Amino acid sequence: MNTTGNVTGIIANLVIVETEGKVGQNEICFIRHGDARLMAEVIKVMGKKAYIQVFESTRGLKVGTEVEFMDHMLEVTLGPGILSKNFDGLQNDLNKMEGVFLKRGEYTSALDMEKKFAFTPLAKKDDKVTAGSWLGEVKENWIPHKIMVPFTFSGNYAVKSLKEAGEFTPDTVIAVLTDQDGQDHKVSMVQKWPVKVPIRAYKNKPRPFKILETGIRVMDTLNPMAEGGTGFIPGPFGSGKTVLQHNLSKNAEADLVVIAACGERANEVVEIFTEFPELDDPRTGRKLMERTTIIANTSNMPVAAREASVYTAMTIAEYYRAMGLKVLLLADSTSRWAQALREMSNRMEELPGPDGFPMDLSAIIANFYARAGFVYLPNGETGSITFIGTVSPAGGNLKEPVTESTKKVARCFYALSQDRADSKRYPAIDPIDSYSKYLEYPEIAEYLNKTIAADWTESVFQAKDILLRGKEAYEQINILGDDGVPLDYHVKYWRSELIDFVILQQDAFDKIDASSSLERQHYMLTKTLEVANMEFRFDSFEEVGPYFKQVINALKQMNYSDFKSEKFKKHEKELQGILKEKRVEKSVPVDTEGA
Amino acid sequence: MEKDTQAFQRVYTRLFQLTKATVSLYAKGIGNEELAIVDGRLAQVVKIMGDLVTLQIFGGTEGIGTHAEVIFAGKAPTLNVGDDLAGRFFNAYGEPIEGGKIMGRQQEIGGPSVNPVRRKQPSEFIPTGIAGIDLNNALVTGQKIPFFADPDQPFNQVMAMVALRAKADKIILAGMGLTNDDYLYFKNVFDDAGALDRIVGFINTTEDPPVERLLVPDMALAAAEYFAVEKNEKVLVLLTDMTLYSDALSIVSNRMDQIPSKDSMPGSLYSDLARLYEKAVQLPDGGSITIIAVTTLSGGDITHAVPDNTGYITEGQLFLRKDSEVGKVIVDPFRSLSRLKQLVIGKKTREDHPQVMNAAVRLYADAANAKTKQENGFDLTDYDERTLEFARGYSRKLLAIDVNIDTEEMLETAYELFDKHFKPAEVGIRQEFVDKYWKPNS
Repeated sequence: MNTTGNVTGIIANLVIVETEGKVGQNEICFIRHGDARLMAEVIKVMGKKAYIQVFESTRGLKVGTEVEFMDHMLEVTLGPGILSKNFDGLQNDLNKMEGVFLKRGEYTSALDMEKKFAFTPLAKKDDKVTAGSWLGEVKENWIPHKIMVPFTFSGNYAVKSLKEAGEFTPDTVIAVLTDQDGQDHKVSMVQKWPVKVPIRAYKNKPRPFKILETGIRVMDTLNPMAEGGTGFIPGPFGSGKTVLQHNLSKNAEADLVVIAACGERANEVVEIFTEFPELDDPRTGRKLMERTTIIANTSNMPVAAREASVYTAMTIAEYYRAMGLKVLLLADSTSRWAQALREMSNRMEELPGPDGFPMDLSAIIANFYARAGFVYLPNGETGSITFIGTVSPAGGNLKEPVTESTKKVARCFYALSQDRADSKRYPAIDPIDSYSKYLEYPEIAEYLNKTIAADWTESVFQAKDILLRGKEAYEQINILGDDGVPLDYHVKYWRSELIDFVILQQDAFDKIDASSSLERQHYMLTKTLEVANMEFRFDSFEEVGPYFKQVINALKQMNYSDFKSEKFKKHEKELQGILKEKRVEKSVPVDTEGA
Repeated sequence: MEKDTQAFQRVYTRLFQLTKATVSLYAKGIGNEELAIVDGRLAQVVKIMGDLVTLQIFGGTEGIGTHAEVIFAGKAPTLNVGDDLAGRFFNAYGEPIEGGKIMGRQQEIGGPSVNPVRRKQPSEFIPTGIAGIDLNNALVTGQKIPFFADPDQPFNQVMAMVALRAKADKIILAGMGLTNDDYLYFKNVFDDAGALDRIVGFINTTEDPPVERLLVPDMALAAAEYFAVEKNEKVLVLLTDMTLYSDALSIVSNRMDQIPSKDSMPGSLYSDLARLYEKAVQLPDGGSITIIAVTTLSGGDITHAVPDNTGYITEGQLFLRKDSEVGKVIVDPFRSLSRLKQLVIGKKTREDHPQVMNAAVRLYADAANAKTKQENGFDLTDYDERTLEFARGYSRKLLAIDVNIDTEEMLETAYELFDKHFKPAEVGIRQEFVDKYWKPNS
């Protein structure tokens, strides 16, 4: 018999319930409002009073209304059929909802229970298994979806019986497991898991040691993201956060992508709904939508479900990681989630922290980022969740609590700069302010130098150095005037512009330039550095800019051509011609001061 | 103290607490967000604690006594919707200003949101004749976009102009804190244009209590949803001024002892604004709601909480600025942005539109750099001089808000300006477009 209670207070979506029975923190409950059942979560208990946040509008709700507590936390349903779905923050399948408008209290099932999947057993009778062990697999789109021992099973089990290969619906019992006390447990393809608890069905979590290719040069080359790593993208509005995230979801080298559209514009989600089913996945040749799952809680959907949406997305990502897959999780934007926390904290009249955010904001963000990572599974396979969140700093000011809390935990920082966006230098990732801590990991450096080229990290640091020197030179030119500085300053500046235009800038809307392979990035960086290391003869500063513009143009045309195609080679030849004009034979190393 | 009058109505006559914007009383069986009349003034339930019900009085609490009559309506605020709405002006409560009644059904305002998977991608271009908008920041049906403008700029005039040229089936004006003069201006302009039958107005002027404003956008959007969802019409909603709306939000949250966040605005400002702006939609059956709003700035500061949160919600923004070089108000090409323009330019407009747009803005940026150089006392090159001249022509003939030409003509004008000051190589437009559209004027 479930605990019940009655509503005694209502402030927007915070409802106070009085109950005699047992109530748990974060327990789910339903308010019986007329014909509808409104879902809510317990967020505080004081004596007989439970404070609950309602995931729906509370309009018309009255004191005295009955509330039923469900004795479990907010859960997601995990099983085959999650891929390609469009869920709301509570994992309701949006496509199954009727009508144009969302109806309050309408909840739809996450999976299609009638759909049959071709099951192949992976375990055998009498196998010893634990939570997360692979019992069998089904094909879900092109992904081998593992059917696992439910994560809630603790201790050791033995397989008593297992279904043979065949077509089954997700709720079919496919195995019976016996625990150490001789008790039998039935296992189907579907299991449930509370979203706020991390799934720990892995052996260990090493430091990330590989990089996750994104096809975006300014990330892969200059500030690489590790597979299983964490990063964040803060930026004022209009700086291209969403385009960058969409580009990541299209081109990153991941088995599947989970996108949490958290409190952002509905039309942006519509763009994914409309375009992804049409776009090809360059790796598999299938449609991008087949590897993508969207958790959409747009800004006009109920605020409390916004918080739930990021956890729902993370739990789904953890589920697929336990199958040995490489998952990319994107959340746009984590600031909206923090604001949802702030709204609730405010209604509960908690003492506020900085900018009115709850005091434990930092801890909440840190715990969430910690759920990402590269893992070894008990059977020796590996899986990973790479997490990249965007942050929308108020007023574009990076000294605000959400950005600061995130900066403490995320290892990559991709700062979007308004100046770069204004001058249409996309992606507007600032090359000087941004960083990837992974570049400092010896295991990552070793990996890069082994897989790309022996001197790769050295080249990367050289490119960074040229960018920094160029910026300094530019500042001097601005203060002293074009003819007030030595000619060398102009050359330094244009060397950094060369790297900026050829390596940093990338056209997300160009078919070829949108994504660049590591091999190609290596080729272009080597080529560009080669040019940057050359000495040229200039008679006056007025020659420097126009000449470098020609060089940049030739290299850019290479970026716009298929790698090593005829067209590519033609522009490369053109470049050689241009270089010959002004090149001084003796090549001296660029002023890198100690590098 | 309780007596039942009509079926759902409950009447009380004893107030427990009075503040500047709220009253509290003991009452039973009251629903959250329910409407009530307190001493003849409209009010809404904002908090219930046991039997203690707190009401927000839209008209302010001045003069309300502890024994005032409180009548609960048993429902949330509604608007009578019907074809009858067209051509009329209403107050914040949805009552016709000139008296009379609206025949139609009662529709709750502030209703549910559209399921994102049922939305369609916006794809229909809205020509306005203003090149600063059509050429550089094309608008699309289902878009939401504000004007960011200082209070002294003619944003209401520009908005009225845009509305009249936009070929919308209905124009819904939500005036919040509108001066009486501006209200009459809108009325006259729409009347003179013979468009009054396409207009629905919900007006809160500076003469009305500020908290009333909170109802205005919800009323307007409920009317918009009626025409867009049920009649499949293209509806344009004008919200002016959203900064004054936000001020009203902060007044109420302050009276309710909520902890303010940035710039004394409530912590829920983002959600409050998003709830309204996200009503902009392209519906599957052809109807659409497009929102053009005004956010007044203080001294051009876009980091203030209201423009900042707005920028994260809306699909771009239009900046108005006075160009002292030509003495006209222009749509600033640098700071303005329409996020949805990619969906129509070069597709619904001529193929060379994106290239011409980018080239002109780039040259205008070069002119801005030349100007800085000039101000710092550095010598100008010949190219610098030519960009400055180009910039003056571009401002006068294309960016100024008094321009009214079609897109084709805007592109021609741009080519004329290019030709007058530059060689094709300096403009950097794809060669095939130069061959096709650039007519050298020897």
